Amino acid sequence: MANRTLRAQRLVAVFMLGCLLFSYPLLALFDSGGEVFGIPLLFAYLFGAWALLIVAMILVVERSTR
Amino acid sequence: MPLGGLILLTSCAYLGILFAIAYWGDKRADAGRSIIANPYIYALSLAVYATSWTFYGSVGRAAVSGVGFLPIYLGPTLMAALFWLVLRKMIRISKANRITSIADFIAARYGKSALLGGLVTLIAVVGVIPYIALQLKAVSSSFLILWQYPTIRMPNQGEVLGPLQDTALYVALLLAIFTILFGTRHLDATERHEGMVAAIAFESLVKLLAFLAVGLYVTFGLYHGFADVFEQAARLPDVDQLLTLGGPAGTYGSWVSLIFLSMLSILFLPRQFQISVVENVNENHVAKAIWLFPLYLLAINIFVLPITFAGLMHFPAGTVDADTFVLTLPMALRQEWLALLVFIGGLSAATGMVIVETIALSTMICNDLAMPLLLRWKALGLAQRTDLSGLLLGIRRGAILLLMLLGYVYYRAAGEAYALVSIGLVSFAAVAQFAPAMLGGMYWKQGTRAGALSGLSLGFLLWLYTLLLPAFAKSGWLPLSFIEQGPLAIAWLKPLALFGLAGLDEIGHSLFWSLLANLGAYVGVSLFGRQSSREHAQALLFVDAFKVAGRGSSLWRGSASVTEVIALVGRFLGPARASEAFAGYAAQRGLASSAELVPDADLVHFAEQQLAGAIGAASARVMLASVVQEEPLGMDEVLGILDEASQVIAYSRRLEQQSHELETATGELRAANARLQELDRLKDDFISTVTHELRTPLTSIRAFSEILNDNPELDPAQRARFVAIIVKESERLTRMINQVLDLAKLESGRAEWHTTALDLKEVIEDAQATTSQLLQEQGVELRLELPAQIPPVLADRDRLLQVLLNLISNAVKFCDREAGRIGIAVQVLPEALRVDVRDNGAGIDPADQQTIFEKFRQAGDNLTEKPQGTGLGLPISRQIIEHFGGRLWVQSARGQGATFSFTLPLGQANAAATDAGRETEYGV
Repeated sequence: MANRTLRAQRLVAVFMLGCLLFSYPLLALFDSGGEVFGIPLLFAYLFGAWALLIVAMILVVERSTR
Repeated sequence: MPLGGLILLTSCAYLGILFAIAYWGDKRADAGRSIIANPYIYALSLAVYATSWTFYGSVGRAAVSGVGFLPIYLGPTLMAALFWLVLRKMIRISKANRITSIADFIAARYGKSALLGGLVTLIAVVGVIPYIALQLKAVSSSFLILWQYPTIRMPNQGEVLGPLQDTALYVALLLAIFTILFGTRHLDATERHEGMVAAIAFESLVKLLAFLAVGLYVTFGLYHGFADVFEQAARLPDVDQLLTLGGPAGTYGSWVSLIFLSMLSILFLPRQFQISVVENVNENHVAKAIWLFPLYLLAINIFVLPITFAGLMHFPAGTVDADTFVLTLPMALRQEWLALLVFIGGLSAATGMVIVETIALSTMICNDLAMPLLLRWKALGLAQRTDLSGLLLGIRRGAILLLMLLGYVYYRAAGEAYALVSIGLVSFAAVAQFAPAMLGGMYWKQGTRAGALSGLSLGFLLWLYTLLLPAFAKSGWLPLSFIEQGPLAIAWLKPLALFGLAGLDEIGHSLFWSLLANLGAYVGVSLFGRQSSREHAQALLFVDAFKVAGRGSSLWRGSASVTEVIALVGRFLGPARASEAFAGYAAQRGLASSAELVPDADLVHFAEQQLAGAIGAASARVMLASVVQEEPLGMDEVLGILDEASQVIAYSRRLEQQSHELETATGELRAANARLQELDRLKDDFISTVTHELRTPLTSIRAFSEILNDNPELDPAQRARFVAIIVKESERLTRMINQVLDLAKLESGRAEWHTTALDLKEVIEDAQATTSQLLQEQGVELRLELPAQIPPVLADRDRLLQVLLNLISNAVKFCDREAGRIGIAVQVLPEALRVDVRDNGAGIDPADQQTIFEKFRQAGDNLTEKPQGTGLGLPISRQIIEHFGGRLWVQSARGQGATFSFTLPLGQANAAATDAGRETEYGV
């Protein structure tokens, strides 16, 4: 049970991280119209942050089930 | 090369495959081998979120607002992180309370209010119909576009088709039939459709693969990867605006409001509730969906911008609708197979949404709108009918057809107008109105029915006013002045700038006002109102869902046979009692006999209660699972049950053991108490006897002393005789006191024993020597008959001597006055030595032969004859002999003399003697 509440807390933390990543002001940092490796910065940032969140979720969910 | 026939054939084949999957899924579910009972299928089926609005519409939105299409998918991603907290609780509550739709959920939470359920159903239907229309439009227009292959021409431009020529109508009817076949083949008490879920998961796979195929083809076939697409797209006008926020892509404010809106939608859209809560097999599947579902959304969105840019670059501006780029790009590039795959993908996105949505809505319409009304309509007498399943199925099928046709009508009426374009978001905003009542209901016990009703009504009205009516106005159904000047030219009532609030986009504006009113009314009315006791009970059940563990049928979903259940209960309660109990249960439900019982959850719950009384709640559930065709329990649940059961068992075992110990202790105490009482009585007897016995010599001593005292002139002979009596009685008194003390010692086990190996012959000779004086005085002859060899015995010398002296003095006392003869004989028996002390006196009456061994009892009449001894000698002797492990008894007949015999065990003595010898050895 302790394992489960810990998992829930970690997931809430991931949620809050996501809220932070997808809103002002962090979003504004990458809203400058530049490029990384030829890919528009905002596009790269959004999908990068998205992937990061998913990886974090995988870590939280799959590690605590073991 | 026209594709006409191929399109129809492929579509039919695809729908056939879907139906086959659904059929197979249902068959497997009936056989108890569910194919959807795994987290991957669950996560895939959640992707019913991605409709044709995603499949075609994302590119369309991206063409206008660039990255602005993303918040719709970022919101669900964020909410997925909270699935474990929120969605799992919704599932737990729904399973525990057998909730089958979102209307059911809200109605149940606020005291099972039918009014609330009806309102929620109304909101859901009004909010979602346009969304269904959008799917019909997507299917029919994609069909029409592909039909004209290889020409690319946008349909419905300027031409008005009659209904019979309109593919959308056929699509609607086909989907209605399909959904009816899927969703209402039979009435399932659990409202679960395993086959449908399997088909939806398959559709999710198809639409993802189709979209990825186009994306990969465009990005890596047409161009050389992402960077190439973006580099070439840079030449397009205004492309920078699409790739930064602040312009068409939306402000930070609208970005946040869209994320928030889609977060709520993923939980509260009727189809999402149906798939994620009602169709959930095991709440632990949620865990994997937490990351699989966002991953799916990421995958289906990664190629949206490349396809958008490729379409914008490929087609001259304004010729092709961006909503169709996904389909028209492969067509323009002469990739007819890819185009066909895209069409199928779009078809699966649309059908998936329509099927689940209409099933969810039809359940709501049937259970929360139609049935409460019909049951209240007394003229129909429905409440008295026992089997309503046919009627229920009919209502549901009718509702599905009605919803589909309403969608079609809306589509026909709206045409290409504005009302369809952003209709997805309008629907989202409608279902977001459920959020306060739902989330409040799950986490806030104080929320009341009145609060939920007023919140929902106000929120719905404001949504209608600020979002739906303006959409109608833009479609030309209402005068445009309604938007521009406000109703009746009242400026502060302008629906898109209510109370003068400007600067927000439509969705943000509507969301703000409707949720403000909704939440405000919900909280305000709840705080200032009162809950009925029923509402309060339901509130506790919902809010404490994770604390209320194992409430009866909570975990149960499945079907059972009544006879099996009764037989099972009979196995534990006895057949007679079980059938009696079920007959009573049947009577309570208004049935004639238990044979008419329906195997529903209530019956199982009742059976479980009956069983729980006999075998404990935890075991009852496990037992019932053996006859009830139950959904497989998750490992966690089984472990939980086992844990609970083993705790209970351990606890009851401990209790049993304790009560057993207690019983034993009580028994021992009772016995000890009885023994104490007996001893107490014996002590009282003993004391009264002792005092009586002591009084006799004392009385005579006192009497003679008084005579001597009062008559100083008594003659010397007389005086000497009296003094002699006093001396003799004093001696007797002393002896008696000594013996009482001795006996007390022996009985309490506090006597000291100095046990050694003895030669019995010596002891007898000593006794003879000691008593020789007495024998001479009395003129009694003592004869010894001793064998030459006597084995040693283990005894205390002084005590044994005491016994012998006692027996000899007794014999002297009672033997013949004139020619007294006493004989002492020793016999060596196989296991003991036997000593006989024989006299030739008057003998002992058989009646007295036992009593003489009791304390203070003497042979002869105590009243008439003067007692000759203390009455303690024989009891003491018997105690001593028994202590040595022997026996003391008497044989006698009147006039034949008496023989007192005792035995001393030999073997023991020998063994003990050797032991004693060894002890001495070691002692030295």
